[in-house]
Amino acid sequence: MSALTRMTMAEALKGLAAREFTAVELTEAHVRAVEAARPLNAFITETPDKALEMARASDARRARGEAGPMDGLPIAVKDLFCTRDVLTTAASHILDGFHPQYESSVTTNLWRDGAVMLGKVNLDEFAMGSANITSYYGDVVNPWSPGDAGAWERRLVPGGSSGGSAAAVAARCALGATGTDTGGSIRQPAAFAGIVGIKPTYGRCSRWGIVAFASSLDQAGPMTRTVRDSAIMLRSMAGFDPKDSTSVDMPVPDFEAALTGDVRGLRVGIPREYRVDGMPAEIEAMWQRGVEWLKAAGAEPVEISLPHTKYALPAYYIVAPAEASSNLARYDGVRYGLRVEGGNLKEMYENTRGAGFGKEVRRRILIGTYVLSAGYYDAYYLKAQKVRTRIKQDFDAAFTRCDVILTPTAPSGAFAIGEKMDDPIQMYLNDVFTVPVNLAGLPGMSLPAGLGADGLPLGLQLIGRPFDEETLFRVGGVLEEAAQFTATPPFMA
Amino acid sequence: MTYIQGETGNWEVVIGLEVHAQIISKAKLFSGAATDFGSDPNSQVSFVDAAFPGMLPVINAFCVEQAVRTGLGLKAEINLVSVFDRKNYFYADLPQGYQISQFQQPVVGRGQLVLDLPDGSSRTVGITRLHLEQDAGKSIHDQHPTKTFIDLNRSGVALMEIVSEPDLRSAEEAGAYLRKLRSILRYLGTCDGNMEEGSMRCDCNVSVRRPGGELGTRCEIKNVNSIRFVQAAIDFEARRQIEVLEEGGTIVQETRLWDTTRLVTRSMRSKEEAHDYRYFPDPDLLPLELDPAWVEEIRRALPELPDEKKARFMADFKLSAYDANVLVNEKAKADYFEAVANGRDAKMAANWVTGELFGALNKAGREIEDSPVSAADLGALLDLIGDNTISGRIAKEVFEEMFATGAKPGDIVEKKGLRQVTDTGAIESAIDAVLAANADKVEEFRSGKDKLFGFFVGQTMKATQGKANPALVNEILTRKLKG
Repeated sequence: MSALTRMTMAEALKGLAAREFTAVELTEAHVRAVEAARPLNAFITETPDKALEMARASDARRARGEAGPMDGLPIAVKDLFCTRDVLTTAASHILDGFHPQYESSVTTNLWRDGAVMLGKVNLDEFAMGSANITSYYGDVVNPWSPGDAGAWERRLVPGGSSGGSAAAVAARCALGATGTDTGGSIRQPAAFAGIVGIKPTYGRCSRWGIVAFASSLDQAGPMTRTVRDSAIMLRSMAGFDPKDSTSVDMPVPDFEAALTGDVRGLRVGIPREYRVDGMPAEIEAMWQRGVEWLKAAGAEPVEISLPHTKYALPAYYIVAPAEASSNLARYDGVRYGLRVEGGNLKEMYENTRGAGFGKEVRRRILIGTYVLSAGYYDAYYLKAQKVRTRIKQDFDAAFTRCDVILTPTAPSGAFAIGEKMDDPIQMYLNDVFTVPVNLAGLPGMSLPAGLGADGLPLGLQLIGRPFDEETLFRVGGVLEEAAQFTATPPFMA
Repeated sequence: MTYIQGETGNWEVVIGLEVHAQIISKAKLFSGAATDFGSDPNSQVSFVDAAFPGMLPVINAFCVEQAVRTGLGLKAEINLVSVFDRKNYFYADLPQGYQISQFQQPVVGRGQLVLDLPDGSSRTVGITRLHLEQDAGKSIHDQHPTKTFIDLNRSGVALMEIVSEPDLRSAEEAGAYLRKLRSILRYLGTCDGNMEEGSMRCDCNVSVRRPGGELGTRCEIKNVNSIRFVQAAIDFEARRQIEVLEEGGTIVQETRLWDTTRLVTRSMRSKEEAHDYRYFPDPDLLPLELDPAWVEEIRRALPELPDEKKARFMADFKLSAYDANVLVNEKAKADYFEAVANGRDAKMAANWVTGELFGALNKAGREIEDSPVSAADLGALLDLIGDNTISGRIAKEVFEEMFATGAKPGDIVEKKGLRQVTDTGAIESAIDAVLAANADKVEEFRSGKDKLFGFFVGQTMKATQGKANPALVNEILTRKLKG
């Protein structure tokens, strides 16, 4: 354990600026933490040499007075981001040995601002999953476990798909990590690991160089231990990219400046449809606490209705697999990654894709292929797109009555490895509160609000208007202050 | 109407064509990679074209401009909003596992094309749509006994798929359609139309029916790569279908291939085996929205197209529809003609260009672009005829020399002393000598054998090495013989 790994990004930046420690020292501490955290299986590839080289360069920049906004901060990169010359797997067997000759736009932005790469973190295969149990590189384990703090057991999933990112940040082996969120893949693991995660507005971060899962839903975002750190990191990640036609040409605000602590008069929408059957009482109670905190800070809760919420999950599980079935067609063994030979082309495809894709990925490719096929397209894909429009309209209408929406992040806390495994529907239900946000392309943030009865963190979600991440940071900051979430997981590096 | 005579009566063939025209553009439709023909395999491939993980398409605005220009040239509706879809299928030379195309909302809607038929008449054929799509790579099967090589240079190159209505009624009309389309594309500079290089390829939808009857079941013949083969394939396919029907069979909707060695079409896959392409809007690309002002700008800058040029040539130069067709079908030919005709006798210019020049070019296997006789020189030659420096007959001799050596007509006339004789005294004495030498023929002529006049003209021209002014020869001969 090192004090250097216990800091927030904001604190580390101060320390670096005050020459209290160097980027190399900060990085060395984190490299050791990454090694110590191996029981979590959070990393697929550790890049200590690269990290130290980047740290040395960072110290040199700082010495020249050229330090960037994230200079010297060691972070982990979800292994869905292509990183030049560094193995990139998407946690899939099918990308065996794939070393991209290019760097994703988001990571390029992070390195431009001085961040240091500790390695590539584990995830659900092709980001398909809510528990980080579909990775070819093995399950990631949550550094939290139920019961009294201090006695860690290898029990819980970290959530998914950005489970490695969440575990690495929560276990203090990285100051932050990149995540991607297609249906909740940043927010749900952030909630399960007691950290902050934000999925920005669709189009805020470039998708160029991120292995695609469902292109109309995928969005990159930061996962950190504080709201301020997410503000720092998102500012570096975001920005218009002409190489991504869906990226939006808008200036990136100084998100940190939005942390004013002032939410007086702000209308906070509480969607009645999010009170789902069977939701644990402690989730309900935590949600109510969140409302009370904001009220105490001068905000005004308003009940709102998002009537099409119940259709979001089925629509999502049509749209996302449909896009995935097409996006994953390129993994055919012809040009890169795994190839399993066959007697002819078709056999080679079958052998390669049969061996290269795991069960969940194959399931979604099958679903996606089915819903797009002739005779079913209208009933499934087209209908789902119509539902998607309705869901967007629900939010548009709601945002005439409120400025931000507050919900739980997930209907439960972290569950045990092995739970929900035999029932994909139960697993998919985990995304019930996060999926509508992706379908509508809105920004959503999860932050830790407290511990449940079993001592596990629970998350609150804030949903904002398109490109109004600033309000999320402002409200998030106030909630964070009120929640005083200081609990740490029993496993820390 | 042209019908095909079967065993049981007449049949009408119904044809619709889908032409894939490669857009002239430096870069591909969705990537910055180059598009030069004949480059080393896999030398013009970006990570986007090879479908590497995380790569995204970005539309090339120039390719859109070319498609809009083509749409305007086909007098078609331009759709200000269109959508790119993914057409999903697996093949080794299709790296993404899908082709980005336009399915339900193409960039160009209904248009038309005027067919110029060999008899000089014309007929309008409907264009259903034009859409943008990317080409696939190339599979090369003959380099290795068991392996297939893949060249991705063509992967991602921009194509326009131009679909006609089923308005064509014979192989000849299909040929005329393709020639006219190619001519328009070349005028517009949007496709070079070189079928042998594959930059224009054609799928033919063919069915047969009793004249005026219900449409028959169609078969699609894929990827035919020359106009000659398109015509042959349609003829073969129509006769095959008629034979099947006349023997009491039914036509199965299917995709067929044109076998260029056996000159037959053969079944490739049936409707049941047809791919389910699972089209859906490409989520990597936003709908394509065009600014009406931008479309107008392209419209204003359109060049004069063959139909307009033909009409102008017929009106201004009083050319026949046939001559005008021959001249306008290639812009270079039309430009050449206009340069020769301007300020001169247009009919004579047309005769010289379509007759002597095109004949000589054809014989030499040359294109108008590399004609050894420039338009200015041909014009100068016509001027020499016009001012009586040489006769039309001598002019043909001079033209041959010009074509062979590239020399200027004036120089040839001077060097060879071909300037025609307009000195009446000299011509008179030549005629006198001819008449004296042929006294018997003069008698015959005077006793009514009028046809011999030509003989005297010929002898006089021979005596003057063709240089005598033919009009003067006629005039003097007439006076002397009848006098």
